[in-house]
Amino acid sequence: MRLRAALAAALLATLPAAADERPIPPHALRSGSAFLGAALRAQQDDEFANPGMLWVERGAQLWRAAAGAQRRSCADCHGEAAQSMAGVAARHPVIDGASGRLLNLADRIVECRVERQGAARPAWESDELLALVAFVARQSRGLPLAPSIAGAARPHFEAGRALYRQRIGQMNLACTHCHDANWGRTLYAERISQGHPTAFPAYRLEWQTLGSLERRIRACFSGVRAEMLPYGAPEHRDLELYLAWRAGGLPVESPGVRR
Amino acid sequence: MAARIQVPAEARRGEVIEIRLLVRHPMETGYRVNERGQTIARNAIRTLTCTYNGVEVFRAELSPGIAANPYLQFTTVAESSGTLEFVWVDDAGERAVERAAIRVVE
Repeated sequence: MRLRAALAAALLATLPAAADERPIPPHALRSGSAFLGAALRAQQDDEFANPGMLWVERGAQLWRAAAGAQRRSCADCHGEAAQSMAGVAARHPVIDGASGRLLNLADRIVECRVERQGAARPAWESDELLALVAFVARQSRGLPLAPSIAGAARPHFEAGRALYRQRIGQMNLACTHCHDANWGRTLYAERISQGHPTAFPAYRLEWQTLGSLERRIRACFSGVRAEMLPYGAPEHRDLELYLAWRAGGLPVESPGVRR
Repeated sequence: MAARIQVPAEARRGEVIEIRLLVRHPMETGYRVNERGQTIARNAIRTLTCTYNGVEVFRAELSPGIAANPYLQFTTVAESSGTLEFVWVDDAGERAVERAAIRVVE
């Protein structure tokens, strides 16, 4: 036990001292796909066989379909997604000017659905919401992640970083213990990734379906035997902002394929 | 049910063409339970066939051991212009039909 405590202290001592120093320097950043087998990487890169593309196609249909009481489609306001949505996923989560809240891409789409189209609120992880998020995120594929942590986003960034370093659950582990200190090593039969959000929404073999980054974060909470936060929890958004900043510069891969 | 189908739009007569198919389907095994502890009924695609101008060129018998959203790839010989018809039936009795056109040149 003493050895373990000493190890933990040593791990914590390696955390960056400077305020905004990245835990993994830019030259050492590696996308989650670098920790997959060759077959899964090939599946992700194959435009046709990537199962996430089923959702992207559905999202493209939804984009053009009139919805809600306003009988208005996404395209009526935003036009061609290839132009209007390019780079959008690379900037989120972002502070919403009107409400001052930190919104991820799904929140943004839910807000549009409810406020501007007068449609029913899409459920978290519903096919409709995932399809639209995947379609919009697809328009940023290959663009480097570059979220803003300035101004009103700053407190969210700080909160996200604090949660990332906070020991939680019966395992008493923080995100940093796996994804900064031990990436590249194995946990059971799995290779630990650096924990970057670039592939999400991603098709996970474990889920047999497409899922959001939020679902993936909840899976990690469950993994360390911590109480899972509900979908839409502000703590998730803070953490998503920190993760996006931490992965800054890596290209968006959505829809990715993961184990 | 929906699917992505990839068939070359044009091929030479006698050419071996590759056909790819990604079917959107949950392939429920019948062994999973929902949040209330009730068994989710098995629902997997059982048969999938491809006919080329009415002649069967490919048939697959799938089982619940196959992952969700199954991906299939096979080849056939381009003989004449026409339609490839894909039909699959699942445990729930739902029958899906998708078509793709092909043009064969000399």
